[in-house]
Amino acid sequence: MATTGNKNINAKLVLLGDVGAGKSSLVLRFVKGQFVEFQESTIGAAFFSQTLAVNDATVKFEIWDTAGQERYHSLAPMYYRGAAAAIIVYDITNHASFERAKKWVQELQAQGNPSMVMALAGNKADLLDARKVTAEEAQAYAQEHGLFFMETSAKTASNVNDIFYEIAKRLPRVQPAANPSGMVLMDRPAERTGGASCCA
Amino acid sequence: MDEEYDVIVLGTGLKECILSGLLSVDGLKVLHMDRNDYYGGESTSLNLIQLWKRFRGNDQPPAHLGSSRDYNVDMIPKFMMANGTLVRVLVHTDVTKYLYFKAVDGSFVYNKGKVHKVFSTDMEALKSPLMGIFEKRRARNFFIYVQDYNENDPKTHEGMDLTRVTTKELIAKYGLDDNTMDLIGHALALHRDDRFLNEPALDTVKRMKLYAESLARFQGGSPYIYPLYGLGELPQAFARLSAVYGGIYMLNKPECKVEFDDEGKVVGVTSEGETAKCKKVVCDPSYLPNKVRKVGRVARAIAIMSHPIPNTNDSQSVQVILPQKQLGRKSDMYLFCCSYSHNVAPKGKFIAFVSTEAETDNAETELRPGIDLLGPVDEIFFDVYDRNEPVNEPALDNCFISTSYDATTHFESTVMDVLNMYTLITGKVLDLSVDLSAASAAEE
Repeated sequence: MATTGNKNINAKLVLLGDVGAGKSSLVLRFVKGQFVEFQESTIGAAFFSQTLAVNDATVKFEIWDTAGQERYHSLAPMYYRGAAAAIIVYDITNHASFERAKKWVQELQAQGNPSMVMALAGNKADLLDARKVTAEEAQAYAQEHGLFFMETSAKTASNVNDIFYEIAKRLPRVQPAANPSGMVLMDRPAERTGGASCCA
Repeated sequence: MDEEYDVIVLGTGLKECILSGLLSVDGLKVLHMDRNDYYGGESTSLNLIQLWKRFRGNDQPPAHLGSSRDYNVDMIPKFMMANGTLVRVLVHTDVTKYLYFKAVDGSFVYNKGKVHKVFSTDMEALKSPLMGIFEKRRARNFFIYVQDYNENDPKTHEGMDLTRVTTKELIAKYGLDDNTMDLIGHALALHRDDRFLNEPALDTVKRMKLYAESLARFQGGSPYIYPLYGLGELPQAFARLSAVYGGIYMLNKPECKVEFDDEGKVVGVTSEGETAKCKKVVCDPSYLPNKVRKVGRVARAIAIMSHPIPNTNDSQSVQVILPQKQLGRKSDMYLFCCSYSHNVAPKGKFIAFVSTEAETDNAETELRPGIDLLGPVDEIFFDVYDRNEPVNEPALDNCFISTSYDATTHFESTVMDVLNMYTLITGKVLDLSVDLSAASAAEE
């Protein structure tokens, strides 16, 4: 649709990947511009939002981190529900984490919605000396399974904004209208005075 | 798993997940396990394949019902009072951000063989065939009294001490007949049986005020709200809260045997040959069957239909209360219906529930008056489950066991059990007026 002006898109984005692949670090870099060398396992912060302007739209990402529930395969179905995009993260210095990433892609294809935009992020790209997964191998896998691929470094910020920007560009511009929308409960409305009662 | 935890929580039902969340937020080290490979325990919502596995013994639901994953069938059907304690707990913990809700379309009551809308405005009350014209005027005076009643302001009490005056006496003062008393007690105050008549009126007045405030909150046709994708989202959301604050989650853990020392105090939980140590165990009754006793049974029917419940103005979501007196029973029967509009079924399909506290051994016969109101059904399942309550002394064994979910239509009793358990476990009273989100690091 060739509408000009500001189109606002809200998109839930979920992160998946092995413990220690750098999911939280990627988000912290993207949302806050920060990097912590020895990031503790995710505690207390697993929900962020960040707005990006792309050519024709403003995309507000609602970013869900796993909160450690991936550790024992205990991610709840609600995690995937309604997600418009996913970043599957692995660590380029750890081949097992790449194999696990493939499992997450399978899981997403089973649980997620079919039009989801999926990105594969080979993180810790600054640690070239310790590389165990080649870019070619990951690129080939991504191509075969309908993901787009980038190598990122939360430490140097390389490609971090780019991967979110690329997702924003690829999101469908027409939001599916099929699903009924609900409301989010806010704090209680201001105290009412008199008035509304059930029967009086 | 070989570490020591402050608390091990067993079972991921709603009560256990709320507690797990609250305890993790308090900074306690929590391990949360479930023998099932899904969240929610008894309070889960099942997809079609899971439903067939549980009730039909196979995983082959008929194809005409549509895709399995479009279904979220609650195992404990309830609605949330829009201004009730569960909503306050959700706001207090900021768990609301993981959930979407929609108002429930209608609230109906069964009276003299017919289904009527529970009047929600004075205009509806005037038009309602549930009361005669003179009775309406008397009722109006009573409703005004309830609306103006303020526990802390004796001027509004009209000289009556509602902690002493019984509901029967209060209603008699306004000259209301038995039929109106039945409507007020069961359809507005949501009592399950008639014991309220001889109990102090304060409870009934408070319940009526909760109904009215809940109804006013979202301007829906009922005082209820319900989460998109079903009630199974609630335990998942609180589990996420717990995980965000460091709670460790393990599903699909068989056995989960609670271990005790010589004095009978809990020392840990064993699963798959590994024992995790802990100071306290929180669980649902199924994990410690020797420390609970049966206090009743709930009979229920679950139906998949291709139409809304007849005579409910085509409501996409609705509750119908069948007061016990109308059926010649000791406790009320309830109908619930939800549909595509709350994402619990594919388009054109409706999930209806009939439930009650069981009074006989034959669920099907007992639930018949409710089932007859549903019209034709595509599929129907019957089930009876035991309600258990703990009989242990938590101060002696450090085991904190929740009570089974009752047949009430909403979550007030559920949350009361949780808040009492929280106090037993921590020695603290949960202050629901504090907004926790200020303490969360998860800000924009």
